[in-house]
Amino acid sequence: MENLKQELKAKIIENLNLEDFKVEDIEDNDPLFGDGLGLDSIDALELIVMLDKDYGIKISDPKKGKEIFESIQTMAQFIMDNKTK
Amino acid sequence: MNTKLYIQSYCKIKNNTIFFNGNPVFKDTKAENLKDFLKSTYKHLGLKYGKFFKMDNLSKLAFLASEIIFKETKIDTENENVAIVFSNNASSLETDRKHQMSINDKDNYFPSPAIFVYTLPNIGIGEISIRHQLKSENAFFVFNKYNAEFHYNYEKSLIQTKKADAVLSGWVNVDDDTNYETFMYLVSKNGKLEHNKKQLNKLY
Repeated sequence: MENLKQELKAKIIENLNLEDFKVEDIEDNDPLFGDGLGLDSIDALELIVMLDKDYGIKISDPKKGKEIFESIQTMAQFIMDNKTK
Repeated sequence: MNTKLYIQSYCKIKNNTIFFNGNPVFKDTKAENLKDFLKSTYKHLGLKYGKFFKMDNLSKLAFLASEIIFKETKIDTENENVAIVFSNNASSLETDRKHQMSINDKDNYFPSPAIFVYTLPNIGIGEISIRHQLKSENAFFVFNKYNAEFHYNYEKSLIQTKKADAVLSGWVNVDDDTNYETFMYLVSKNGKLEHNKKQLNKLY
């Protein structure tokens, strides 16, 4: 789980071009949207693609995105519970 | 009545070098590609705008040229109605290619939303407008080459018909890492360089 959280932080910085952030800047429970990392709606779509491409998880209900992408902690837990690759 | 208009300032970016009003203001000989050059320019200008890194190269190029012009010209974008008129010949081709690469393989089909949103050339106008809260007239044209006569008439028309107080205009083109250029200028009622077709061609 710890490795996965570090991996997610690195991927988010790389894939979402967060040049101002380093892995150590992101706490596990920091909000990904709003006041935290300040991600936007396009970033949310990018995260959905990332879950599909890297972990074989398709999110069929977009409403679930709000809780899944709340933080690194919630994302990692969702991936652990649902990954197919 | 025709008001006399001027090219208040202009910026050219090509071959990893930036010129403002004809004078070189920044050159990066170490940048190995356009992305690196745009990043070093961003740092050189001391900008703090995280959204910059999410843009494609065409938008970054337009954004940086506009930052230089707005900063050096000290134009009040909050109170002056600044229209934007750009043109180029590659449209959003560099980003279109990236998007195409992501959908070529049916077994590895993962188009990136962050790339797809830049598969239109006028997105760069939107980025500049968001940055400066501009709610003005704007247009992006695709021509074979820079068309000074068209630009001159369009810019003049926008100001003479009071659709704008000033016009940020010019050629912003990115084909690939080495084939790119910007010639951007601000047309307004202030300045020394007379706004006409001959002058635009000369500066370009």
